[in-house]
Amino acid sequence: MRISPTKFISLLFLVLSVFYLYTAYNIQVFAFDENAPFNARTFPIYLGWAGIILSSLKIILPEKVTAEVNHKHLDYKSITYLLIISLIYAAVILKIGYFISTSLFLFASYYFLGERRWGLMFILSFPFVAAFMYLLHGLLNIYLRDPFLKYIGVMG
Amino acid sequence: MIEGILIGLSTALSLTNILMVMVGCFAGTIIGMLPGLGPMTAIALMIPITYGFDPSTGLILMAGVYYGAVFGGSTSSILLNAPGIPGTVATAFDGYPMAQQGKAGKALAIAAYSSFAGGTISAIFLLVAAPSLSKVSLAFRSPDYFALMILGLTAISAFSSKGQFLKAMMMVVLGLMLATVGQDSLSDITRFTFNNMNLTDGISFVLIVMATFAMSEALTIIFRGKDPNRAAKQISLTELGSIKVNKEETIKMAKTIPRSSILGFLIGVLPGAGATIASFLAYGMERNYVNEEEKQKFGKGSVHGLSAPETANNAACSGSFVPLLTLGIPGSGTTAVMLGALLGFGIQPGPRLYQTNPEIFWSVIMSMYIGMVVLLILNLPLIPYIARILAVPRNYLIPLILFFSVTGIYLMSFNNFDIFLMIGIAVVATFLRLYDFPMPPLILAFVLGGLMEETLRRSLLISDGSPNFLWDRPITLIILLITITIVGWQIFSTFRKKN
Repeated sequence: MRISPTKFISLLFLVLSVFYLYTAYNIQVFAFDENAPFNARTFPIYLGWAGIILSSLKIILPEKVTAEVNHKHLDYKSITYLLIISLIYAAVILKIGYFISTSLFLFASYYFLGERRWGLMFILSFPFVAAFMYLLHGLLNIYLRDPFLKYIGVMG
Repeated sequence: MIEGILIGLSTALSLTNILMVMVGCFAGTIIGMLPGLGPMTAIALMIPITYGFDPSTGLILMAGVYYGAVFGGSTSSILLNAPGIPGTVATAFDGYPMAQQGKAGKALAIAAYSSFAGGTISAIFLLVAAPSLSKVSLAFRSPDYFALMILGLTAISAFSSKGQFLKAMMMVVLGLMLATVGQDSLSDITRFTFNNMNLTDGISFVLIVMATFAMSEALTIIFRGKDPNRAAKQISLTELGSIKVNKEETIKMAKTIPRSSILGFLIGVLPGAGATIASFLAYGMERNYVNEEEKQKFGKGSVHGLSAPETANNAACSGSFVPLLTLGIPGSGTTAVMLGALLGFGIQPGPRLYQTNPEIFWSVIMSMYIGMVVLLILNLPLIPYIARILAVPRNYLIPLILFFSVTGIYLMSFNNFDIFLMIGIAVVATFLRLYDFPMPPLILAFVLGGLMEETLRRSLLISDGSPNFLWDRPITLIILLITITIVGWQIFSTFRKKN
């Protein structure tokens, strides 16, 4: 039996709702609140049941296909590269600072999306991020933490 | 009211705020013009910039972005037949044929004049309606608010889901579930944090908006990058033609604009309905109003057919501010994003906003007029140049959107857990979008989640746990009956289609 992607997503949502409901019933409330008309569990319990009912209906009822997705035309390669770069960016941003990590992220993203005009890639990464940081930190007075720039004395 | 208008004018006409309207309209036009990126993304990307501003300036900037994005969306509809936002789909029906006839400049000018007129007329309606409704809404109690939020969520699910009501309702529940993560507002008990300290304060609204809109839209564009239908769309930016509108066309617009403005405003006020429904209804209504000869021109470059949806979608934008400013309940996904931003500033919109923060209330309304003028005098002459933004390669566009998304989150929390969480939610949202699970209901539910739990708590405590609060007050009962009608209509239309 072949299950459609929409029904598969609904099935996942059903599992999520069951787990959510189980966790909701296990929320620790104060002893005096246990039998109150409304406590920290009440709303999540309603939501858990709503999720179970809606996803079950979606699974049971016949489906009207609206989204025909042709997987052959989806660019899995670029999106995988981009996500890996984004995850690395998120992992190093605190360690090497906003300026360097963001500039490198932009440069690498342009490259992996197929751009090869090196001059433009450089301008739209390092000087662009520097200008943006100046706009935020210098003009709009929005604090932007960057240990590296602080270390070399560029930022106060 | 005169005093309020003067307060609003003095705030909106300060040099900073005029600059913000101009920047907002300009940035909104550019972002809204890019196919796939709509006003919600545009506003979300602006949130980090507004951190350093006072609330009225921030809101004025976002309102400018909203109008600019709607106007920008019509440009890509006319030139590319690729609407930037759903609200400008109807614009393409007659705008694109006009562009194909070599009258792209004229089509863009008609769209600009109609947007200006629709936005200005409906801003006058807003000026009159908002203070009156604010006074009425002071009579609302917790059960009424709870019922109103249920109505808003049901309506947005019914109207924004292309006939996929159940999918939209699932997104509503998901949004509400995400809103329950973190400390319970009354008892401070932590829920669904799984002992992760980063989740104790809950998931940030900015994170959810950036993940489900800005980032997931960027990922969707990349994901569908090799789709031949999309790749085939090319644009000739050199032959826009004249932007002059002749007397006959002006008369046609003058007939269409008033009725489309009224319709657009009224549709915009309704919770859940918005620019998209307003523009389609205005197009349909206009087709019924015109004579037989004009009717034949619809779909082939009719001035009426272009002017009506453009007027209505801008009028609906102003209308959608009515429930936000007077009840504190956003009627659309875009105003939900604005509500989230306002809450971030420590401002709670609602009936008391009119009394507690009159400068915000009135300056937003007054800035709408200024925004309309800016859109007309700044954007119209610049259209041939701004339109070139459509040629920006995605190789640069996508990384820049991701950069703004990550920066927004980093500025807010300075930790990388939130960035990882945003990437995770964005990936899930990208897959959900592929299979037509709509995101606006999720955002609206997430924003309303806390308030909804609060009003349900009060209602249940007052009624001692009994569900009687749902029908004790006539207002609550009427609102719930409307909700039941919407659900009933969805079920009926589903069965009717099957038969």
